[in-house]
Amino acid sequence: MIDAPTLLLLASTVRFATPLALAAMGELVAERAGVLNIGIEGMMLGGALAAYEVGAATGSLTLACLAAMTAACALALVFAAFALWQKADPIVTGTALNILALGTTGSLFRLLHPAGESLARAPQMGAIAGVNGFVIAASLLVAGVAGFLARTRAGLALRAVGERAEAADAQGISVARVRLAATAFGGACAGLAGAALVLWLSDGFVEAMTSGRGFIALSLVLFGGYRPLRIVAGALLFGAASALQFRLQAAGSALPYTLLLMTPYVLTLLVLALFAGRTRAPADLARPFRARD
Amino acid sequence: MRLLRAFGLPVASTAIALAVAGAWLALLGCDPLRAGQALVAGAFGDSLALETTAVRAGPLLLVGLGVALSFRCGIWNIGGEGQLNTGALAATALVTRGLGGEAGHVALWLALAIGTLAGAGWAALAALLRVYRGVSEVLSTILLNFIAALGIAWAVHGPLQEASGAYPQSDSFPEAARLALLPGLTRAHAGLLLAAALPFALWLLLFKSAAGLRLRAVGFAPDAARYAGVSPERESVRVLLLSGALAGLAGALEVTGVTGRLFENLATGYGFTAIAVALLGRLHPLGVIPAALVFAALAAGSGAMQRAAAVPSVAVHVIEALVIFFSVGFALPRRDS
Repeated sequence: MIDAPTLLLLASTVRFATPLALAAMGELVAERAGVLNIGIEGMMLGGALAAYEVGAATGSLTLACLAAMTAACALALVFAAFALWQKADPIVTGTALNILALGTTGSLFRLLHPAGESLARAPQMGAIAGVNGFVIAASLLVAGVAGFLARTRAGLALRAVGERAEAADAQGISVARVRLAATAFGGACAGLAGAALVLWLSDGFVEAMTSGRGFIALSLVLFGGYRPLRIVAGALLFGAASALQFRLQAAGSALPYTLLLMTPYVLTLLVLALFAGRTRAPADLARPFRARD
Repeated sequence: MRLLRAFGLPVASTAIALAVAGAWLALLGCDPLRAGQALVAGAFGDSLALETTAVRAGPLLLVGLGVALSFRCGIWNIGGEGQLNTGALAATALVTRGLGGEAGHVALWLALAIGTLAGAGWAALAALLRVYRGVSEVLSTILLNFIAALGIAWAVHGPLQEASGAYPQSDSFPEAARLALLPGLTRAHAGLLLAAALPFALWLLLFKSAAGLRLRAVGFAPDAARYAGVSPERESVRVLLLSGALAGLAGALEVTGVTGRLFENLATGYGFTAIAVALLGRLHPLGVIPAALVFAALAAGSGAMQRAAAVPSVAVHVIEALVIFFSVGFALPRRDS
C-alpha cells in the first residue's frame, strides 16, 4: 500500500511533469526533422495567454486549448519564416521569438486587464476516470509520436530529413514542407503545454509565467537522447524534483525557498553535464537546406 | 557603399521595427504618436532625461559588447544577465560584508575588480561545461541566468540583507565605495567613461591584434582556423570569459554607480536587450555604441510612455525582438554549414 502523502507527491510529480513532456514531444519532432527551435519558452507563453483569455471569456476548455495551440503555432510560423525560409541563424531567431513572446504577451495582458481590475479565473481541466485530461493528452501524444517516428513511412521520411536532408530530397521528399510541418507541430505542442500551466497548474496568467520550463523541455530532448520514452522519464524526474522542493517549502524546510527554487535549473545543468556529450543529435540538425534547381 | 551598409541597414531596421511596434500599439487602442512623443521626451526631453539615457546605456553597452564578441566567434552567450547579476552580487558582498567602512577608495576598485572576475567566473562555468562535457552554451548560460537571479534573491533575503532587515535589499554602499558623479551632473557616473572607452579597446583587440584575428577566424571559418593551428575550444573559452567579464563589470558599475545597493530584479531584461544591441550594432565593437544608446533611450523613455499613453513598458521587448528579426538577416556573418 502507498500511504497518502506519497500518493500526493506522486500526483504532484505527474502534474509538474506533464507540461514539460508535452512541450518536449513537440520539440522532439521538430529536432528529428532537423529544426532546432529554442523558442519553446516563448511559444508556451503565447499558448498560456491565449488559453487564459479564451478560457476565462468562454469557460470552454476545448476552445482554450485550441486557442493556445493556434497562438503558439502562429509563433512557430514566425520562427519558420525567418529560420527556415530566410535561413537566418536558428539560435538568434529562437531567442528573438522568446523576447517577442515575452513582450507581446506581457503588454497584451496589461492592456486587456488594467491594474486594479479583478481577474476572472480560467476554467480548470478536470479528471476523466481519475486521470487529468492533460495527462491523457500527453500520454496519447507520447504514444502517437513514438509510433509515428518508429513505425510509419511519414515518420521515416521526417527522420531522413533530419539526418540527411540531401538524401531525403533525392528521394523526392520535400525537405521544406516536412520541416515547416514539424515546426508547426512543435508550436502546437508547446501551446498545449502553456495551456496546461493556465488550466491546470494555476488558474491565471502572469507575465513570464513559464519561468524557464521551455528551456528545461529543450534540455529534456537532449537528455532523453531524442527518444520519446526516455524524454518522458526525464520529465518525470523533473516533476519529482519540483514536487519535492514545493513539499519542502510547505513543510518549512531549513533551506531558504530561494535555494529550493533553484533545484530544477541546477538539476538541468547537472543532467546536461552528465548526458549531453553522449547523445548524438540528428546529423542535419540546425543546418539550412537549399534545394537544387 | 560600406558606410551605407554599416549605417543604413541598422537605421532602416530600427525604423521598420518602430513602425511595426506603432501599428501594434494602434491595434491595441493606444495612440502611437502620443506614445512616441512621450518616449522621445522621456529619453531626450531635458538634461535629466539625457542623463537617464546615458546611465541606462552603460550596462547595455558593456553586456552588448560581450554578446557581439561571442556571437562573432560563433559562441551563443545568452547569459549576459546572469553574468551581470553575479558581478553585482560579488561587488555587493565585498563592499557590505568583506570590507569594513574604513577601506576607503580601495573598496571601490576592489569591488569593480571582483565584479568583473565574478562575471567571468560565471561564464567560465558555461565554458567548462561546453569544453569538457559537450553542453551547448545556449542552454547552460540561460539556466545560469535563472540561478543567478535566484542567487541574488537568496542573498538579499539572507546573508546580504540590510542590517535593519526592513526590505529585501543590501545595506547601502558607503560613500567611498560609490563611483563619483561626472562634474556638474546628477546621475551620470564616472564609470560611464570606462564603458564608453572599452568598445575602442576591444576594437583594437579584435581588428589590430593577432589574438583578435584568432577570435574572428573561429567565427567565420572554423575549419580553416583549425588548420592554421587555432584551437576553437580555447578561443571559445577566451571569448566566454571576456564577455562574462564585461557583463560582470557592468553589474559592479550598476551597484557602485547607480543603485548604491543590491536588490532583486536589478537587471531584469538587460540580457535580452543586450542581444538586440549587439545585433543592431552589427556585432561590431564600435557599432554597439549607437545601438546601446538607441535601446537606452527606449528604456529611459518607456516609463514616460507608460504614464502618458498607458503603454506597458514591457512592450519595449516587442521592439527589441523586431529589431533582432530585421537585423538577423544581415548582421550575422554567413557561415558555411
